[in-house]
Amino acid sequence: MFLQDAPEGGVQYWELLVSGLGWTLAVSACAWVIALLLGSAIGTLRTTHRAWVTRVGNAWVELFRNIPLLVQMFLWYFVAPEFVPALKSWVIAADPAHAQFLSAVLCLGLFTSARIAEQVRAGIQSLPQGQRLAGMALGLREPQVYRYVLLPMAFRIIIPPLTSETMNLIKNSSIALTIGLAELTFRAREIGEYTFHFFEAFSAATLIYVAIAMAANRVMALVERRTAVPGYIAHGAK
Amino acid sequence: MQLDFGSLSGALPYLWKGFRYTVELTTISAAGGLFFGTLLALARLSSIKPLALAASAYVNLMRSVPLVLVIFWFFFLVPFALQWALGTERPPLVGAERTAIITFIMFEAAYFCEIMRAGIQSIPRGQVYAASALGLTYGQSMAHVVLPQAFRNMLPVLLTQTIILFQDTSLVYVISATDFVGAASKIAQRDSRLVEMYLFVAFVYFVLCYALSYAVKRLQLKIAIIR
Amino acid sequence: MITIDNVSKWYGAFQVLDGCTTGVQKGDVVVVCGPSGSGKSTLIKCVNGLEPFQQGDITVDGIPVGSPGTDLPKLRSRVGMVFQHFELFPHLSITQNLALAQVKVLKRTRDEAVERGLKLLDRVGLAAQREKFPGQLSGGQQQRVAIARALSMDPICMLFDEPTSALDPEMINEVLDVMVQLASDGMTMMVVTHEMGFARKVAHRVIFMDHGRIVEDATKDDFFGKPHSERAQQFLAKILQH
Repeated sequence: MFLQDAPEGGVQYWELLVSGLGWTLAVSACAWVIALLLGSAIGTLRTTHRAWVTRVGNAWVELFRNIPLLVQMFLWYFVAPEFVPALKSWVIAADPAHAQFLSAVLCLGLFTSARIAEQVRAGIQSLPQGQRLAGMALGLREPQVYRYVLLPMAFRIIIPPLTSETMNLIKNSSIALTIGLAELTFRAREIGEYTFHFFEAFSAATLIYVAIAMAANRVMALVERRTAVPGYIAHGAK
Repeated sequence: MQLDFGSLSGALPYLWKGFRYTVELTTISAAGGLFFGTLLALARLSSIKPLALAASAYVNLMRSVPLVLVIFWFFFLVPFALQWALGTERPPLVGAERTAIITFIMFEAAYFCEIMRAGIQSIPRGQVYAASALGLTYGQSMAHVVLPQAFRNMLPVLLTQTIILFQDTSLVYVISATDFVGAASKIAQRDSRLVEMYLFVAFVYFVLCYALSYAVKRLQLKIAIIR
Repeated sequence: MITIDNVSKWYGAFQVLDGCTTGVQKGDVVVVCGPSGSGKSTLIKCVNGLEPFQQGDITVDGIPVGSPGTDLPKLRSRVGMVFQHFELFPHLSITQNLALAQVKVLKRTRDEAVERGLKLLDRVGLAAQREKFPGQLSGGQQQRVAIARALSMDPICMLFDEPTSALDPEMINEVLDVMVQLASDGMTMMVVTHEMGFARKVAHRVIFMDHGRIVEDATKDDFFGKPHSERAQQFLAKILQH
């Protein structure tokens, strides 16, 4: 049935699925980059013992953690443009898919950044306090202590939780269908509605998600192996 | 941009109805999810290989698929499952609200399973040996010795998962069930007041979830001190 | 070289250092001892500004540690420090551990830094381990590398914060041997330790601390001969029983 023609645009159903997968991966990849950069920065700043920086970081994490992702999606898509006139005129003029894509990327990127910030902070704080002191005692300045001593170990330690955050991000990207983004789950439902073969359509999407999850797992396991430190037993450290 | 929260007051009874459904869905799903999740955890840790494999396959499948897709799956499957189970001629009409309850129980069971499994594994083997040495059967030692301790150890994590569940129930929006977000979005469309409505919903969720997670944090500290 | 003048420090309402006054002359080896919680580790961390203090003055080579205008990282780069738990950087090989601060702080070229590091690694008897990672070495070996790492910065003095208390007994001597060698080469050293054998062998002075105060500050012979304070006598009696 996936080889049949879809009612619009002269494409076959499997092509709809592939294009949905494309949007899912594109949204996830862009959001992941934002989340990793922003999350690392905020997570790091939260460990620098400066009261107001810590407070801003905590507020950031709490804000994104305590509002349902669906509502955040609506806020980015429906509400944010109302407060930024330039954005609003762009949204009206632009291809709807572009506006949906931008909203979804910002929403998922910032949401995930709060979760990654939490992991990065925990990773840095799990290192013995002496590591920071040893770096300082050698005359390294604070940014150097982070760059050469703390962050390299912290990131190695948090690879497993980062893996599950990556999976969560890919799964969460399906929420973008609520603002009309034609990602994978959107297309599966659409094909089901056109053909009444819901079972096949949902099965195909499920298999694709499972395959993505397995692939992401493999990649992260590879990264973990590549960056493993000889003689260092993770988790067992004091 | 002029904000006008005036139309909100007229909508409050409808929003309240939606909110009550959200709370209902959360509590029933948490209780049901915990029950089936505990059974799943016992199955995963069971020495009966096929049972353990089936349980872990179910859990891993649920955890690797987006909740939205799971909701679609159940919305599609539940009527047929009931038709088969009840032996009726046609698939019965269940409605989005009730389907959602079944969906969330089954979905959350997978997540609660992993929490309870960690809880059970955190109990020292000696406790099981001691229970067996006293002559308790497997079922008795689980029910009276292991599970109560596992539950107590994991209580903060279980509550945190329930707060996440509380937020996730908003996704019943995709099958047009009228939960808190669903009610808000219906009024928002009717009155063309999307901005005020969604800001209001976000504010309510934030205040509630922040307060609840603060309470869980306090509880966690208290437990840590008692130990 | 080091002067400590009337230094006090509080953690909130709890006073950890109470009017400490002492000093270390160039070329001197000063051992600081005392029961746990007496503030000796805190005092030595104040010397290179790793711990801030609220009252009093510390100078190292004439530079005031506590004044806001002091470039602490620059000062620290001239003061070597060795920690209780070694604190080698686990993700860097031994050579990289030795070279990192030389390159990043002293702006030496990589080749210079490696050459200098390996020379000192050889001096602590571990040249063969240069490509290994810290996790692959024993505790005693790690601590010797840590000493070599501090020395590679060409410090004007060395601080040791309980360098042997995290070690298994059979590894203590290999570390003490390196320290004795260093002392006989004329290095200025301030050493927090319970190793009284080490103190007897190389210390010029011994400081005894209790409850954040310097109770006894005497030459080695006076200290081991007959300490003035009762607390120091009790402490010595306990520690020398074995």
